[in-house]
Amino acid sequence: MKILNEFKCTFPADPANEALARATVSAFLIPADPTAQELADLRTVISEAVTNAIVHGYRNTEGEVSVTLRMLPERVIYIRVSDKGCGIPDVNKAMQPLYTSAPEEDRAGLGFAIMQTFTDSLHVRSAPGHGTVLTMRRRLGKDHEAQP
Amino acid sequence: MQIHYDTETGKLHVQLDGEIDHHSSNALRAEVDAAIYAHLPRTLVLDFGAVSFMDSSGIGLIMGRYKIMQPLGGEIILANPAPHISRVLRLAGMERLACIELPKEVVS
Repeated sequence: MKILNEFKCTFPADPANEALARATVSAFLIPADPTAQELADLRTVISEAVTNAIVHGYRNTEGEVSVTLRMLPERVIYIRVSDKGCGIPDVNKAMQPLYTSAPEEDRAGLGFAIMQTFTDSLHVRSAPGHGTVLTMRRRLGKDHEAQP
Repeated sequence: MQIHYDTETGKLHVQLDGEIDHHSSNALRAEVDAAIYAHLPRTLVLDFGAVSFMDSSGIGLIMGRYKIMQPLGGEIILANPAPHISRVLRLAGMERLACIELPKEVVS
């Protein structure tokens, strides 16, 4: 599929960079004239994805998180977040709402549920010991009122 | 963040602000918990009126405070969430744990 615009960045898995990741999404999306809700949804989605990479992928050890943002035809936004952390042994289990591998940190276990609700598609590829890649797509202008 | 305790009503009012994510929630949690244990309030009001962003870390923050307030017999009020924060609260089913009070101008 034709890529109309693309932005790639890699940053250290430092929790302070969760805000940086949201800022990149805002800056990338503004020319596409998203609604306030679309912008808020995608900022939330990247925040969840990057937090997962930092908290679960690297378990607060050092590493790098990579983000790719693409503008595709028909106002489809593509978001890819990858890490080279510990990976997810059981993706289906990790995606169950309220499941968390870090309950002691007050993690709600809702990251994947939010990413799924706020996007049109979410794919997770993970190799234990090697890392995890999340790819998500969201079409702007499509009615996307969450019905939780 | 501003914290105010009203001895008359037993209400601990926490005015949250800025962005609530995994990074910021650790410091918030420590400060809110210190105030809860200092006052043992009947009601904990988490006021989101000045919060510009919140992801599921905010839900973790609420769930953790709920676990502390329950044995105290206290209740939690989630006040003034902006529409996108309200959306995350609903998605997480927070209305089952707490009373959500929307900002006045949004109430239809």
